[in-house]
Amino acid sequence: MRDKSKKYFWPVAALLFLTVPLFIESNYILSTLIIIGIYAILVQGLGILMGYAGQVSFGHAAFFGLGAYTAAILTTRFNWYTIPALVAAALLPGIVAAIIGRPTLKLRELYLAMATLGFGILVHIAFNEGGELTGGPSGLSGIPYFSLGGLTFDSDVKFFYLVWTTLFLLLIGVSNLVRSRVGRALRAISESEHAAENAGIDTAGLKLQSFIFSALLAGLAGGLYAFYITFISPSPFSFHASVQFVLMAVVGGLGTLIGPLLGAALVVTLGEVLRWAIPLAIPGAGGEYQIIFFGLILVILMVFQPGGLGALGKLLASSKKLPDRGAGAKVSEG
Amino acid sequence: MSDQLLQLLFTGLTLGSIYALIALALVTTFNLTGVLNLAQGEFVAIGALLAISIYSSGMPMPAAFAITVLLVAVLGGVLERSAIHTARRASGLTLIIITIGLAISLRGLALLAWGTETYSLPAFSGGGPLFIQGAAITPQSLWVFGLVAVTLAGLYAFFELTYWGKAVKASMINRTAARLVGINPNTVSFLAFVTSGALGAAAGIFIAPITMTTYDMGFMLGVKGFVAAIIGGLGNVGGAVLGGLLLGVLESYSAGLISSGSKDAITIIILLAVLLIKPEGIIGSFRQRKI
Repeated sequence: MRDKSKKYFWPVAALLFLTVPLFIESNYILSTLIIIGIYAILVQGLGILMGYAGQVSFGHAAFFGLGAYTAAILTTRFNWYTIPALVAAALLPGIVAAIIGRPTLKLRELYLAMATLGFGILVHIAFNEGGELTGGPSGLSGIPYFSLGGLTFDSDVKFFYLVWTTLFLLLIGVSNLVRSRVGRALRAISESEHAAENAGIDTAGLKLQSFIFSALLAGLAGGLYAFYITFISPSPFSFHASVQFVLMAVVGGLGTLIGPLLGAALVVTLGEVLRWAIPLAIPGAGGEYQIIFFGLILVILMVFQPGGLGALGKLLASSKKLPDRGAGAKVSEG
Repeated sequence: MSDQLLQLLFTGLTLGSIYALIALALVTTFNLTGVLNLAQGEFVAIGALLAISIYSSGMPMPAAFAITVLLVAVLGGVLERSAIHTARRASGLTLIIITIGLAISLRGLALLAWGTETYSLPAFSGGGPLFIQGAAITPQSLWVFGLVAVTLAGLYAFFELTYWGKAVKASMINRTAARLVGINPNTVSFLAFVTSGALGAAAGIFIAPITMTTYDMGFMLGVKGFVAAIIGGLGNVGGAVLGGLLLGVLESYSAGLISSGSKDAITIIILLAVLLIKPEGIIGSFRQRKI
């Protein structure tokens, strides 16, 4: 059963993905799917950091924003082509992560959470106070459409293929990564850092590499976001967004391959449903009230199901679970 | 020029007292329960908004304050029982995510109840400001200083002078020992959240006449309380107060002498610097081990 589902997973997924825009006429649904894809790219990296390396980040909206602003500034202010701008959008957050990573990742859970939270706030302030360069609170507009050779991604259908192809390549890459030596080493770190250290694993190095990798993906997602929306302002890159990314990673189920995609899909869909449902339930209420529900869901999930809604994700996950993972986690927490 | 510096000092001390109060609540809860309550700032915001609403409904000010403190204390207790207590076996990280979730929900509820408008409360007592060397201290600042002093004295008296306080403090080192001497850690955790709710509400009420009160002011206040606590060392009550005052003064000077936009950035830079250089706290490390 398990082997069968694995064998057919990629072809079925590819087929679904290729035909989706043929069935969906609504631009609204298509654009929601694009946003899900962009977030899923980011959460894939955050999921590796949290689920495999066992580290949390409450500052990933900053990397997402750094990517988006890099893409926007290079194309609008310096007239770069979009491809090198997208590469830079991924690289810059990666470099920032490499610089801040080593001292930050030495901190234990509570302090790491607060340090990343602080970093996120600082970058958000920088976007707001950046003056000419970032356009301050009103942001930057007139970002060009992404173009690849002669092909310009100026419609939702084209952008859908761009984002989801990127996501698929990423998923294949990550699925190979987590099954590799590196993946096993990362899992060992999340089980018990001391044991991993004793087994000769370079825990500090691997944690730093996952941090950099997750920042690269967040930057890539940010670049894609800028080229899709073609306008950016500081607000989508606030602390709220960081919390939302952590929520996506946790909801989907940590340590699973498909969890980040599921989490992104669930949280974005829920956000859209709430945006529609809340004004019906509470007259005059705007969509911003969805944050109450996000907070509540986060609490309920962490209280009752800290593993996330990843049951389905675990079924599809290509990574083999170590049999005594639960026991190991308990020992390291005790 | 020195007038301006002195004035900024007074403003900073007032602001810092509030940070100190929030830090006191955070440190007390953290020491008693091991939970860093990131919803502490929301208690302050909700306290301020509730007091303003109750007062403007015609209630006399002292009654409005008492009702508010009581309500937010109950809120703290309810949150502890529903979320923290249920998840008490979870890891520290899970608990942080839970308190962040609680903070977001509370902010959402405040938005639902009070909207995005700015509210304020009249000063507790009339009379003009006090002048020292040409710099003014408003009577409201004195109220805030008084509240910090009373809170600090109260916490000190409880932990150092009463039997229960000493027992609770000693038992935090060892849960089994606590049970043996008849202290239920679950009750301690519950009371810690009730107290931090009350403390947060009191802080909110006292600053409502000074700052502009909005539904979303809790987040940054919570972060600043945390920074104050971190400067002092998370286990250290006296350090939390000093950390708060230091942070308030630094902010006041950076806002007054550099730019008002730099205020929050300064806080975060201090946070990151302390975390990276001396996570055990600048002030705390001068003293002996935490309790």
